[in-house]
Amino acid sequence: MKLKSLMTAAAVAILTTGATGITGALAEGHGKVKVGMITTLSGGGAGLGIDVRDGFMLAAKLAANPDLDVVIEDDQRKPDIAVQLADRMIQSDKVDVLTGIIWSNLEMAVVPSTTAQGKFFLSPNAGPSALAGKGCSALYFNAAWQNDNLHEAAGAYSNGAGFAKTFILAPNYPAGKDALTGFKRFYKGALAGEIYTKLGQKDYSSEIAQIRASGADSVFFFLPGGMGISFLKQYAASGVKLPLVGPAFSFDQGILQAVGAAALGVKNTSQWSKDLDNAANKTFVAAFQAEYGRLPSLYASQGYDTANLLLSAMAKADVNDAAAFQAALEAADFASVRGDFRFGPNHFPIQNIYVREVIKEGDVFTNKIIGVALKDHGDAYAAECKM
Amino acid sequence: MSSLLLIEQVLNGLQFGVMLFLMAAGLTLIFGVMGLINLAHGSLFMVGAFAAAAVAGWTGSFLLALAASLAAAAVVGALVELVVIRRLYGRDHLDQVLATFALILIFSEGTRWIFGSFPLFLDVPKVLAGPVTLPGGIEYPLYRLTLIAIGLAVAAGLFMLISRTRIGIRIRAGESDREMIAALGVDISKLYTLVFALGAALAGFAGALVGAIQSVQVGMGEPVLILAFVVIVIGGIGSIKGALVGAILVGLTDTLGRFLLPLAFATFMEPSAATSAGSALASMLIYILMAAVLLVRPTGLFGSA
Repeated sequence: MKLKSLMTAAAVAILTTGATGITGALAEGHGKVKVGMITTLSGGGAGLGIDVRDGFMLAAKLAANPDLDVVIEDDQRKPDIAVQLADRMIQSDKVDVLTGIIWSNLEMAVVPSTTAQGKFFLSPNAGPSALAGKGCSALYFNAAWQNDNLHEAAGAYSNGAGFAKTFILAPNYPAGKDALTGFKRFYKGALAGEIYTKLGQKDYSSEIAQIRASGADSVFFFLPGGMGISFLKQYAASGVKLPLVGPAFSFDQGILQAVGAAALGVKNTSQWSKDLDNAANKTFVAAFQAEYGRLPSLYASQGYDTANLLLSAMAKADVNDAAAFQAALEAADFASVRGDFRFGPNHFPIQNIYVREVIKEGDVFTNKIIGVALKDHGDAYAAECKM
Repeated sequence: MSSLLLIEQVLNGLQFGVMLFLMAAGLTLIFGVMGLINLAHGSLFMVGAFAAAAVAGWTGSFLLALAASLAAAAVVGALVELVVIRRLYGRDHLDQVLATFALILIFSEGTRWIFGSFPLFLDVPKVLAGPVTLPGGIEYPLYRLTLIAIGLAVAAGLFMLISRTRIGIRIRAGESDREMIAALGVDISKLYTLVFALGAALAGFAGALVGAIQSVQVGMGEPVLILAFVVIVIGGIGSIKGALVGAILVGLTDTLGRFLLPLAFATFMEPSAATSAGSALASMLIYILMAAVLLVRPTGLFGSA
């Protein structure tokens, strides 16, 4: 009996010390925000993660806010590793906010458990429909777009350009299916053909031959990364001269140089472009070039905006007061490099989506805005979100 | 569907096949002669493409770029053989897989360290750019036709090398009885380095040729490596003839499958379901082909038991 009460006393003592330890940490960390950035820094998709990280860290450096502390880890584009990193960051690094994830499948693996543990998640890229509709969360914010948005804008642009018989293709995986669904949601003409290609496919000779034979008047394609580079080069060599339309992902600053002249003149849709005329964007483009010696990409602009969104909320509220911090994030009171930017009821952006054209400036291939595809555009899933 | 479109697709399949052959030939030689499973073969494909892109960037010459891809991949291959692979011949296949998998990681991160994370630019030379009109009115990219010609020429050259030259005799001897040719006084370790460098050079050459119409980026070799393994399993391990037949079979099956299956499904399904079912089955088709070949001939088409 004596032993048992001694044990109980010891256990209580340990618990109390532990508890004081926690209170101590809270008091000490007042006003500080620790951010865990999980992004892709190695393997095939590393260019995107590096741009998001560089954009984010540039904003952090310019703000020079001593209360912002960032831990960065590489997810290697693997969902299991992203989940492990998120658990470690939440449990042992004690982060308040997670960010950085590029790919929708990784985001779906990490976000539900993160928000269930009461941590904020600010997405700098992926915006899967599941998180915009039924699976939305008060603690999840997307500072980029809902996955369908740029494709919807491409559909709207195709109507305006008078295309009536478009050939559409995308890889056979969830984001590819969302892309074609998004395009068809706005496109009013007929389809000359619809192809799902293999994810990671590098040879498009078979598809290009079908495009040639289909009698289409234009082509819409969503082939991110290396797939897009391969497609554009092979399309240019094939002698098929139909106009191409696509989302910005295949025409991003990081890969345009690898595509070269094959991309010239192609129309693509984007919520950002380096020639957008606003003060925040001019500061961003100049500072990014000065810091890293290259032109910023779409992904860098998203990383930069994500950091500024966070900094704007930090100025207004304490992260430990979740309701106040959420309200501060919802206000989105920061100067976005895209100009007007606000959140819809599901914490996804409402913003303009532009049409850009690939041009050559000196020796560098880049984009220039030629019009607005969709004004103040939200997403199709917001109504399903019950927060 | 017109017959012209079908002929064009057959050409596409052929071109894909001969490029696969360049990869598979090296892999099957290395496996056949040395009994080594080399997962890092895809990295040599990447080394060739990056060397070509770098040299084309400096000099603007595609021919120099091709020469550089051959040289760089052969030198890297020989170094890897001398430093790492040499220690693995006597070991278990699992050890070889582990060590060469480590090589993939080292090559990928090393390439990123040197060239950065963004894809490089490598374009088709001006003289070969654009389409030509073939008899019958098919417009076909000239560069792809050139690839078919180069691939078939390399295949012919390799047959001559293996069947008519002294080195070829030694390679074949090494394949059938390693101890015996060592006992006959052939410097087996030098032969191994040579075969490894030759296989590496072929992979690097393929990387440069294909890099011009695809993207030159870190990790580009691994998808091709998987296909090359399928090719040598179908063709029979160690057989160059098997690698050629297997490669063309895989190239044609994959290209025609991607094109014909959705069409075939559309005859009895609604279009969008036919597209997804057809493309899903098309991506499995070469594996189904491999399984079917192995059922009938467990050692592959030209493999010896």
